Amino acid sequence: MTQVSRRKATGLIGVALAMFTVAPTQAAALDTVSAKKLVDALVGEINRVIASGKSEQAMYKDFNRIFAKYGDTSYIAAYAMGNDGRRASGAQKKKFSAEFQTYISRKYGARFREFIGGRLEVKSVRPVKSWFEVTTTAFLRGEAPFTVTFLVSNRTGRDKFFNMFIEGINLLLTERTEIGAMIDRRGGNLDKMIADLRTAK
Amino acid sequence: MFKNLLLVGVVTLMTSIWTRFALLLALAALVSGCAQPGSGQIEGDVFDPYEANNRQTHELNRALDKVLVRPVGVGYTTIVPDDLEASIGNFASNLSLPSTIVNNLLQGNVEGAFRNSMRFVFNSTLGFGGLFDVAGDFEINEIGGDFGQTLYVWGVPEGAYIELPIVGPSTERAAVGRAVDLFTNPLSYVLPNPDKYIGTAAGVASKVGDRVRYAETVDSVLYNSADSYSQARGIYMQNRRFQLGDGDAAEEINPFDLNTEGF
Repeated sequence: MTQVSRRKATGLIGVALAMFTVAPTQAAALDTVSAKKLVDALVGEINRVIASGKSEQAMYKDFNRIFAKYGDTSYIAAYAMGNDGRRASGAQKKKFSAEFQTYISRKYGARFREFIGGRLEVKSVRPVKSWFEVTTTAFLRGEAPFTVTFLVSNRTGRDKFFNMFIEGINLLLTERTEIGAMIDRRGGNLDKMIADLRTAK
Repeated sequence: MFKNLLLVGVVTLMTSIWTRFALLLALAALVSGCAQPGSGQIEGDVFDPYEANNRQTHELNRALDKVLVRPVGVGYTTIVPDDLEASIGNFASNLSLPSTIVNNLLQGNVEGAFRNSMRFVFNSTLGFGGLFDVAGDFEINEIGGDFGQTLYVWGVPEGAYIELPIVGPSTERAAVGRAVDLFTNPLSYVLPNPDKYIGTAAGVASKVGDRVRYAETVDSVLYNSADSYSQARGIYMQNRRFQLGDGDAAEEINPFDLNTEGF
């Protein structure tokens, strides 16, 4: 019991801190309980899709839906485009966001097959600046357990994850490197990069 | 059995004293030899003054993976049943534990050394010579330790990023650690000549098996990314610093600061 109330207390402190640093118009307050709830639900949905035995294409569709539902997709897309985002037109940004979302679902959906038979367990939640860090442990068959961390914020007014770390590897940073390299390879041509994202793996 | 373990213990102690000695020498060489980032270098960023050479090695490694490692790995996992493959992996990792324990001790990580020793004893006995990870079932998991990490704990700077032939991404500090780790496994001093290579062979086999296990991920980095060199470099550096406890995942830009308008 004391454990729970202590956790709640830390959550409240986190919220109080967030109130100071964040614009007071924040709708739903985020705390450790709701951050954990979000990751639990996300992990549950991913596990269900993996276990469903659907075709690869159908799985990617499901992952796309899950990503849109639980992820702060506009933040993730804006971060991935980095400084190049500043010279992108409104139409380019919009097109990029949509293409990037399916690219991520396809790329990471393929990865999740390596997780078949495994499971993610939420271990701890802690407030960091204006967001929450949810630490989970991945248990894979024949593999030492490793850490997967989700960062959750309510920037959009709803709880969404905006980054993920697998054993310290930052998903956003990795994708920013990738998109940056794609743009460089195409002589800085954003339209070409966006078009090629459709087939990128 | 007990006599052997005792012997391992004594040798462990002796090598740790011996390595400390060798280390003073290595350290002196390192501190003067490691490339140091200039003052303009941002901390936490990757220091890569040998990029041109590294990229050549990267191409070599990619070619090697394509013609050798990947096909051999596919053959290995097709022929060897999954359970046996897992046992080979367990066996190899169990044999490398004494080296990990030496490094735990060199780092002053007594708890890690204790946990790993428990693992070693459990898996060597109840796990039939390390074929089964019994300790893992009781959540006694390995606390990693290598000599590169020991150098980090001792305050040696990371040095420049280097991509080594065959081995792949590394830093100068980690590379020196790898070289020293060839000598930190007490078992290599205890086991008779042909036997000690069984561990090495099992280690290589399990690495090759891992190549296929994570085929999607490795392929995605090596063959599908727009710039596989910088992608491999970034991934290695982040993961290595995470393992060392150097840097914090919380050092994230504030999501409320980024302009997401239009996305």
